[in-house]
Amino acid sequence: MKIHEYQAKEILEKFKVPVPKGRVVADVADVKAVVDELGLPVVVKAQIHAGGRGKGGGVKVAKTLEAAQEAFKSIHGMNLITHQTSPEGQKVRTVLVEEGMNIAKELYIGIVLDRETDRVCFMASEEGGMEIEEVAAKTPEKIMKEWVDPVLGLMPAQARKLAFFLNLPPEAMRDAVGFLLNLYKAFIAKDCSLAEINPLVLTAENKILALDCKMNFDDNALFRQKDVVEYRDLAEEEELEIEASKYSLNYIKLDGSIGCMVNGAGLAMATMDIIKISGGEPANFLDVGGGASEEQIENAFKIILADSSVKGIFINIFGGILRCDRLANGVVNAARKINVSVPVVIRMEGTNVAEGKKILKESGFNFILADNMRDGAEKAVAAVGAAG
Amino acid sequence: MSVLVDKNTKLIVQGITGKEGSFHALGCRDYGTNVVGGVTPGKEGQSVEGIPVFNTVQAAVDATGANATMIFVPPPFAADAIFEASEAGIELIVCITEGIPVLDMVKIKRYIRGHGRGRLIGPNCPGIITPGAAKIGIMPGHIHIPGPVGVVSRSGTLTYEVVGQLTALGIGQSTCIGIGGDPVNGTNFIDALKLFNEDKQTKAICMIGEIGGSAEEDAAAYIKANVKKPVVGFIAGQTAPPGRRMGHAGAIISGGKGTAEEKMKVMAECGITVCKSPADLGETIKSALDKASSRAKTKGYPKAKDRAKGSSKDKIKGKVKAKAPSSIKTGGRAKPTRRGR
Repeated sequence: MKIHEYQAKEILEKFKVPVPKGRVVADVADVKAVVDELGLPVVVKAQIHAGGRGKGGGVKVAKTLEAAQEAFKSIHGMNLITHQTSPEGQKVRTVLVEEGMNIAKELYIGIVLDRETDRVCFMASEEGGMEIEEVAAKTPEKIMKEWVDPVLGLMPAQARKLAFFLNLPPEAMRDAVGFLLNLYKAFIAKDCSLAEINPLVLTAENKILALDCKMNFDDNALFRQKDVVEYRDLAEEEELEIEASKYSLNYIKLDGSIGCMVNGAGLAMATMDIIKISGGEPANFLDVGGGASEEQIENAFKIILADSSVKGIFINIFGGILRCDRLANGVVNAARKINVSVPVVIRMEGTNVAEGKKILKESGFNFILADNMRDGAEKAVAAVGAAG
Repeated sequence: MSVLVDKNTKLIVQGITGKEGSFHALGCRDYGTNVVGGVTPGKEGQSVEGIPVFNTVQAAVDATGANATMIFVPPPFAADAIFEASEAGIELIVCITEGIPVLDMVKIKRYIRGHGRGRLIGPNCPGIITPGAAKIGIMPGHIHIPGPVGVVSRSGTLTYEVVGQLTALGIGQSTCIGIGGDPVNGTNFIDALKLFNEDKQTKAICMIGEIGGSAEEDAAAYIKANVKKPVVGFIAGQTAPPGRRMGHAGAIISGGKGTAEEKMKVMAECGITVCKSPADLGETIKSALDKASSRAKTKGYPKAKDRAKGSSKDKIKGKVKAKAPSSIKTGGRAKPTRRGR
């Protein structure tokens, strides 16, 4: 799960990680009060989940009240297009106004889970404000990594090592170590999957602050992070995906025309792949779960058909323990309720396949039956081609 | 021969009184696994269709001599269940549970590593099966037949798909290991490959990966350096968009890393026969097996058990003493300047 910068900074403040003073502003009429409170200059920042906001015109520095009001007007409601948004961009609904900083140095701190070592890993670099992936590709020697023992947590010695690598002045050392230790505490306490402070700034007064903060959370841990769940912003998510999550379906919308309904994540990805290989384009990733119950199939039909670009559906279920006759009944009943108007190709495997196929054939629907995965993908591509 | 699980396995089921736990405990027993007990705290003395239930794993081990466990405990308590099994000296811990917080797994993995007690498979996996002997998991036993192919995979139903293709061609499996779809897992590809490499029954290996992380690239380097048997691979998610979690917690392309394209490239460079289409896996493994056995025969290795050795001398994949390709070393988000482990 992702949250906004201002929300991440609220979390940081709770863990005593210093951030600039700021206020979320909803109306241009409120800009004056905030500027009066924070003083000039201020920074006006668009709050969307995608990165690259500055380059897209979503972050502006204002030295006067008028400039701050102008910046607010231009950012609030704009369609911000960055390399991380869709080509249409993301509408800015929330704007953060922050005090301006007297920046001496911009640095980078990131915390990720390192899957190679199965440990949480700190990354530090003096190349603040740059994309870390770019730094890693071009000048990997400018990044230092420090792996954390989960039992000990981040040790002060490690925090010092990171701080020295960042060439911070001795006056800032104490603050920097405290900053890193508290940041790690926040990461663990909130079940983050990523925390990125880019940039971390050293001010002319030798203060250390998180000028920006990106935090992602482990979806598996949300059951114990109720306050994090409250930060969820549905406006930043795909409508159909929100709908699908209500039915606990794993659904991700894509750009193609063939809707996929599959049990299991790996098989669902492989089904998308084989559609592409067969000359079609998948309209979505959808995992109905290992059981593929009638109710889930019905919900999956609803979600897939709500996408107007879907011209055909490929159902690929490897039943295994699940019986195919039951599965077939589920598909037929769901199709009856939903009024499925596009061609549906069904491939299923498991026990009682013959009975299952018989049920589908005698259902009165024009289901196209496939013998295997390739056959199914090819038939789906052909059916969509004929329909379109 | 086979790996990890066979007729001598004595299995307990943690969470046996739950719906899933009891269903699959009986499924394993029906397949032939020696299911000796179950654990649900507070329910000692009960039985599930004749399988005795204990309060703790230790009590179950003391009473039954169990050496393996299958865990169905819900995600918030699953890490604790793994710990309990390891503490009680269980050798093989198979965790089926999906949805365990990753930081819980980070701690548990550190614990298991530190004590060296027990091998964990999973979590978020279908389990492990040695066809015709025993299974610990939720996979449909009837689609498997005994034979020469070792299968290791991050995905459940996709593994069934491949096994289904193999069985349809009359090719059996030595053991199938589902290592699970989470970013932190107990047994990785390399661990499984080691076992298959040393197993005499296994003549060819099928490795099914997916997007996210660099486990497949690491495994490819290991294969190049150590594995003398033919390996066929597939990566699911060639059409997956970046930055999105594709069902499995571990299946995500982040920062441009972990794409199917990159994995397939590295695997091919390391001598693995990579299938672009999942529909081709069965046939490709069949031809790899045929090739290996015909080479072994022409070289005059009469005994089947020597074939694997023979094929290595034939340099089936032109292997040289391997050095990990540079792309692997930078497989993480950034290249480390110092190793702080």
